[in-house]
Amino acid sequence: MKDLHRRQLLRGASAIGGGLALTTLLPSWAQSATPGLAPSMPTLSGPSIDLTISHAQLSVDGRVGHAVTINGTVPGPLLRLKEGQNVRLSVKNELNEETSIHWHGVLVPFQMDGVPGVSFPGIKPSQTFVYEFPIIQSGTYWYHSHSGLQEAEGHYGPIIIDPKDADPVVYDREHVVVLSDFSFMHPHLIFKRMKQQSGVFNFQKQTVASLLAGKDQTLQERIEWAKMRMDPTDISDVTGAALKFLINGHGPKDNWTGLFTPGERVRLRFINTAAQMIFNVRIPGLKMTVVAADGQTVRPVGVDEFQIGNAETYDVIVQPTEDKAFTLVAEAVDRSGMARATLAPRPGMSAPVPPLRERPLATMKDMGMDMSAMNMSGVGAPAAGGMPGMAGMDHASMPGMASTSPPGMAPPKPRGSDAMGGMGSMKMSMRDPLNGPGVKMGPGVQTIAPMPMDRTGEPGQGLESVGHRVLVYQDLVALTPNPDARTPSRALDIHLTGNMERFMWGFDGEKFSEATKPYAFSKGERVRVTLINDTMMAHPIHLHGHFFDLAHGPTGYRPRKHTVIVLPGGKVAWDFTADAGDWAFHCHMLYHMHAGMFQVFSVRPLDGAPA
Amino acid sequence: MNRLALIGLLPLALATSVAAQTMDHSSMPGMTMPMPAAKPPAKPKAAPLKKSTKAKPDPRRLRHVNRPTAVAPRASPASTPSGPHAGHDMAGMPMPGAAADGNTMANMAGMAPAQPPRAGGNMPAMPGMKGMDMSTPAPPGHDMAAMPAMTEPDIPKTPPPPPPTDHAADRVFDPATMAAARVTLRGEHGGERISMVMANIAEYQARSGGEAGYHWVGEARYGGDINRFVLKSEGEGSRRQGVDSAEVQGLYSHAIGPYFDLQAGVRQDFKPHSRTYATVGFEGLAPYWFDVQGALFLSNKGELLGRLESTYDLRLTQRLILQPRAEVNLAAQDTPETRTGSGLSNAELGLRLRYEIRREFAPYIGVSYDRKFGRTADYARALGEDRAATSFVIGIRAWF
Repeated sequence: MKDLHRRQLLRGASAIGGGLALTTLLPSWAQSATPGLAPSMPTLSGPSIDLTISHAQLSVDGRVGHAVTINGTVPGPLLRLKEGQNVRLSVKNELNEETSIHWHGVLVPFQMDGVPGVSFPGIKPSQTFVYEFPIIQSGTYWYHSHSGLQEAEGHYGPIIIDPKDADPVVYDREHVVVLSDFSFMHPHLIFKRMKQQSGVFNFQKQTVASLLAGKDQTLQERIEWAKMRMDPTDISDVTGAALKFLINGHGPKDNWTGLFTPGERVRLRFINTAAQMIFNVRIPGLKMTVVAADGQTVRPVGVDEFQIGNAETYDVIVQPTEDKAFTLVAEAVDRSGMARATLAPRPGMSAPVPPLRERPLATMKDMGMDMSAMNMSGVGAPAAGGMPGMAGMDHASMPGMASTSPPGMAPPKPRGSDAMGGMGSMKMSMRDPLNGPGVKMGPGVQTIAPMPMDRTGEPGQGLESVGHRVLVYQDLVALTPNPDARTPSRALDIHLTGNMERFMWGFDGEKFSEATKPYAFSKGERVRVTLINDTMMAHPIHLHGHFFDLAHGPTGYRPRKHTVIVLPGGKVAWDFTADAGDWAFHCHMLYHMHAGMFQVFSVRPLDGAPA
Repeated sequence: MNRLALIGLLPLALATSVAAQTMDHSSMPGMTMPMPAAKPPAKPKAAPLKKSTKAKPDPRRLRHVNRPTAVAPRASPASTPSGPHAGHDMAGMPMPGAAADGNTMANMAGMAPAQPPRAGGNMPAMPGMKGMDMSTPAPPGHDMAAMPAMTEPDIPKTPPPPPPTDHAADRVFDPATMAAARVTLRGEHGGERISMVMANIAEYQARSGGEAGYHWVGEARYGGDINRFVLKSEGEGSRRQGVDSAEVQGLYSHAIGPYFDLQAGVRQDFKPHSRTYATVGFEGLAPYWFDVQGALFLSNKGELLGRLESTYDLRLTQRLILQPRAEVNLAAQDTPETRTGSGLSNAELGLRLRYEIRREFAPYIGVSYDRKFGRTADYARALGEDRAATSFVIGIRAWF
């Protein structure tokens, strides 16, 4: 995918007419050159909906692979529901393995949540399971399989729930933008390869060639990192070497096109349904105003780019005024490829596709060893030069600190500034159990961040210095009052742990297969959960059945989410009000979840049970 | 299309937010800040400045703490007493944009105290805001107070309720079916077993002054992350004389740390002499990315041998990799029958350059140097063999 350069893309664009033959596996909302969602469009809505899970051959950029389909398409049909209605969804399994559907972000009774082994037994081959629940919210959501690795094979689709009252977001036209990753390799083989050899899909490692060319880390940094057995290029486990990145089921050459009339306010509903890839989304030439996150409306934020973790959704408004095409770029976080689409006034138009930007390198901060954090953890003395042995460090040059610039516009980090240099005396252990009380130390715990910090004010890996405004979580403020603004009565730390060499992932040092008990909560209690990422990879963490309020922003108007990226070496605090039932809680990178980064939140008493 | 009624908020917001995107507070003296119509939250109890040994906080500082950024009514222990917020009175307002800034300032850790607050693109998008002068640089200490959430002194880490012994779904579905589903769930979330077969060395050797031969080193494994079954084999031979040496080890492997496995089992030598050994050893990844393994072997005749092996992958390009390899064999005693002398019996140094057509399939060329020492060398000489041999090698490194 690295070779996927502009000329090829443009050639692909010109072949759009020929691409129509491929659209048979696409639902109407996802077909290219679409004028957008229209009431007349055959979406699935109403009180009773039938879905059939099957499989088919899927063509991406002219190559054919195996896919799991919903009603015969990838992505699945758009479910358009209305707040206040009841819905009955009959899901028929025509696969020869078990399947399931989880309604991601939709508040449902626990037995309708769709996680086999937690909320229900799963849907066996040739069985039909009927989900039935009231719709008590509105916004952009999605649905996907929670069985095996089916989600990676195409088992996902979008959900739009229209509000029962007037939509606070005003727009003239809307498109759903489903981002996904698809592989011609079977997902079980992908998983096996990663277990067999760490970094097997990474073709952007540091090399002697890059050292001689004066790129990437300096020799000193490389030696220091090698000593720690840490690879700064390990940004994504599965990469463009094994994945195609899709928008609405279209590869970059297929070039999905959404139409607009100049001057219109166009609402784009972004959903990252990818199994493993985090995307950086931008539309060169257009400002985006973020109006909803994870289906929940937020006060409008104008940005040029945003990072979208697996399972997150963002609604943005764009208002193209010129009669020309714009390229929508969803670049893989490790820059190993991109998904690409076009917004245009007429079918067949295209705009230049920007080349992939240079891939980011993880930093000491991603290990939870940030110099600035050290000063913070001190007595509050703001003396930058006050730490012994740090004389050589140029603090002002470190991204994320002391920056006068908005997120995304920090000056580039100078090469070589990540060496620990004069810090020899600091003796920071990368695996000190004291830094992770409650973490079960074992082979599955490679590191424990010595000084994890709140990184919700940062734009995400690789976006620190892109030269334009990037969304950060701290930009998000709920548009409507939070339903529960109580101060939490207790706090809970959950460490995200892993071993990148063994491809083991878990919570508090345990894979789910090893865990002996769930996280327990009392019904109705308000808890402050702090997720601490002890690993060197970002993890989008999802809690089923709830929205949680990120613990920043104005009291009563905190942003409500169902999934949040915890940056490496970072931590994210949120408050939630426990709802009765057993609820899955996991990393939404499918392969991390499959490797063990999964748990259950058990909330008791259950409704109707004696307290 | 969706021409939905507007709430008056968004168009306004859209109009202003576009302008907002390039705004920076530092360049915008006198810009307006949001002041939501909502009532300010209740004044916090002048609550526990637990660790504060410093002066009593300025009242304005407390109000500042009450900003939305400070999650709960609390004062951070990390607060510095140094500054009232000279020049900008933030009296108790939920101020979303600034909240974002405040938190980000926290990241700055007061290292650049004179920096102005960072722009928040959303600020001007707020409805109903009143004037607020943000042109004043944030005072030091401001950021500390805004330090988020992580060390909440007010929210106790009280123990959770006892974990339930029941399963919610058992009340709705057949408990036996659910129990089976839970077994599957565990298996699919961390319980997967993986197999791997790998030939690190499978090569043809052109020996200096001698005849051509072959050499293999490989292993296979099956199991979970912690416990595995491992088979290892290595040996060499020549076309004319057939297999010179050959051994197979069957090991149980147990992960003892993030990088290392402890391995124990049996080694069977078929050539040059049949021998059975009890084996204990280790295999793993050492600092600086060295793959290392070592083992002790105690034979059924009471001989004690040892072996250490290490390889390193020097990545010249993404696919071209130079692999130095070293193996040393040790013995506790002279064993004429197997032509092994005590001490360091032999060392094998290799340098192989491979090209990874795929990660799992890489042809290579290289050079291998084998030298016998001490009594081992004497035994070899007695048989008319050289004590050192250099080979040019060509082979395949493959795994699946």
